[in-house]
Amino acid sequence: MFDSLSDRLNGTLDGLRGKGKLSEDDINKAMREIRLALLEADVNFAVVRDFVAKVKERAMGAEVLDSLTPGQQVVKIVHEELTSLMGTSGAKLSFANKPPTVILLAGLQGSGKTTAAGKLARLLAKQRKTPALVAADVYRPAAIQQLQTLGKSLQVPVFERGTADPVETAAWGIEQARAQGRDVVIVDTAGRLSIDQEMMDELVRIKQKVKPHDVVLVLDSMTGQDAVATAEAFREAVDYDGVILTKLDGDARGGAALAVRAVTGKPILYTSVGEKLDQLEEFHPERMASRILGMGDVMSLIERAQEEFDEKQAADMEAQLRRGEFTLEDFLDQLRMVRKMTRGQGMAGLLGMLPGVGRQIKNMKVDERQVDRVEAIILSMPPYERRNPKLIDGSRRRRIAAGSGTNVQTVNQLLGQFKQMQKMMKQVGKGKMPQFPGMPRR
Amino acid sequence: MFNTGTEQVAVADDPEERSGGLFRRMRDSLSKSRRAMTQQLQAVMFDPADPEVWERLEEALIMADCGVPATVEVIERLEAESDAGGLTTGEELRTRLAEIVAELMTPPGDPRIDVSHRPSVVLMTGVNGTGKTTSIGKIAHHLREADMTVVIGAADTFRAAAGEQLETWADRAGADFISSQSGADPAAVAYDSVAAAESRGRDVVIVDTAGRLHTQDHLMDELRKIHRVIGQRLAGAPHEVLLTIDATTGQNGLQQARLFAEAVEVTGIVLTKLDGTAKGGIALAIAHELGLPVKLIGIGEGLEDLRPFDPVEFGHALFDADA
Repeated sequence: MFDSLSDRLNGTLDGLRGKGKLSEDDINKAMREIRLALLEADVNFAVVRDFVAKVKERAMGAEVLDSLTPGQQVVKIVHEELTSLMGTSGAKLSFANKPPTVILLAGLQGSGKTTAAGKLARLLAKQRKTPALVAADVYRPAAIQQLQTLGKSLQVPVFERGTADPVETAAWGIEQARAQGRDVVIVDTAGRLSIDQEMMDELVRIKQKVKPHDVVLVLDSMTGQDAVATAEAFREAVDYDGVILTKLDGDARGGAALAVRAVTGKPILYTSVGEKLDQLEEFHPERMASRILGMGDVMSLIERAQEEFDEKQAADMEAQLRRGEFTLEDFLDQLRMVRKMTRGQGMAGLLGMLPGVGRQIKNMKVDERQVDRVEAIILSMPPYERRNPKLIDGSRRRRIAAGSGTNVQTVNQLLGQFKQMQKMMKQVGKGKMPQFPGMPRR
Repeated sequence: MFNTGTEQVAVADDPEERSGGLFRRMRDSLSKSRRAMTQQLQAVMFDPADPEVWERLEEALIMADCGVPATVEVIERLEAESDAGGLTTGEELRTRLAEIVAELMTPPGDPRIDVSHRPSVVLMTGVNGTGKTTSIGKIAHHLREADMTVVIGAADTFRAAAGEQLETWADRAGADFISSQSGADPAAVAYDSVAAAESRGRDVVIVDTAGRLHTQDHLMDELRKIHRVIGQRLAGAPHEVLLTIDATTGQNGLQQARLFAEAVEVTGIVLTKLDGTAKGGIALAIAHELGLPVKLIGIGEGLEDLRPFDPVEFGHALFDADA
């Protein structure tokens, strides 16, 4: 998601990597590139200035110049400073001791509040909470219907009173939710401009009336330099507790997030990465910083794999691995699991998370039909062949090629790759390699 | 605002009205956000020998989301004029700044919306939350004011309640509404809308589409299909493909414009939400890099809050001290 920024930084820092000693000129050149990269990533101007100054100060210091690999040291400094700018740990919503917990969503028009409300409700329901939604956007046509549609698909109640006063409606909705024993209430408000005094006052009145446990600013990750002004204005009005960053499935570099965090000190709680209601993820600053630097987001990948991976399947496979068995059937299972993990983002989205892949993959379209072909080949084998590929001789290969609509070369290729994998898996089974992504740690 | 094919209807471009306040509101709203920048520009007396002056100017443009390449272009032009001795006062500097911005934002071609065909088809595109539906309501309203009949087609069959939102706007504007089932094929809805306009003898068809990120290949393919199907129903259509860009958008706006233009031959930008604190400088970057003109600006949530884009006014509104 931050591809271009990491491109830029990597481009500059790759040049530094090979150097034994850095001149001040080298450092200045690198700082200029970092500055431009951050500006193009929509990081606020003032934040960029501070950031570059800090990095430069440390880069000029003894820790770099005395180092044998000053280039590496600059990379390390940029990474550390970026991480600290993004925040230090995953922040969480706070929940009331005495339910219901009230969460108030606010933000500009079109930032994605209503969708975020639906996603948050789904996430909370998954965490065994009983959420309810309150529609306090009485201005945008059909905003209430939109929330109702989302609520219906989630089987979460939506409380609304048409275009009645939003302050009263919010309070009333929470009472309804309480009466029905719901333990979290998410209040969706109308989008508003930070300079619209009347509307900002309304938001303040809603906050005063319903006394939310969490106020959340919904911020579009594509926002430019204005993000800081908006974030500051909302902070002054309702002093929100955290931010949901939306539309991160695009290619926006998301510098707005860096800036908002740096200027307001408010944590990013969740990132929203698609239009499907399950696409709300926890925000991890250190992972994000790694990602910015093109180091890949391995943790998120592992987490997603764990979530999608069937526990029993995993246990079975682990047992098989210990016995040194890895069959084409397992391979097929894995393939299907990978496909499940890509969850509509496509293979490229998944590969983008792998270390070092980000840059190369950017302009490359992964051929997902390749996966289909492999599947077709394996499915053209009877089970005993899948379990014992050694049986597959020349005539069997021709039969498999014909059955899968491929050719013998493709079948050979797959069997060759599989043999390699089998070898690797044997080593994993003997504990010679760390567990591969997808295996739950136990 | 519109090229209706009948000359006298083009009231919106009357210079009389323009000076009388057509852009007043835009300037008013822009001036709020501009205060900080203007103060910066005024704070330094213009002295070409002072490198800090140029840095401040650069800063101001970057802060307005104009992006690095467009900022460099503007600054280099100014520096060249300054070196040639053409600029000596802060006032001259500000005036030239605005003029250069205006020049960069005036690509060749008709800045009006082409609705001279019968029916004319306008396809509305953009990423999620940029204001497509609201803009359609406003465009329909302005067309009705110009005595033209309008059909609005709801080809956003994806987002919850998108159709209801659009229908409300169609009612307000007094336009026909062609609805669709949620999950229906958007290209089929677009086709039906054009067919309805033809059979009912309406002047303009505006087709709404679902918001989509330019990085979602399958959705961009869907958009291509909508575009293609409209052309199959009516040769030469759509006559306008408008892309909404939210004025708060940062440098990603450039990528949005680039990929949408690649997919469906965008004819112009609708720059929305200019009534906030955002300066909309990304439109300068888009014009500079892609040569795509801004055709309309959105400055509020009412039916009236749509204006034709005027690069000179925009340039002045960005930098003029007293606007």
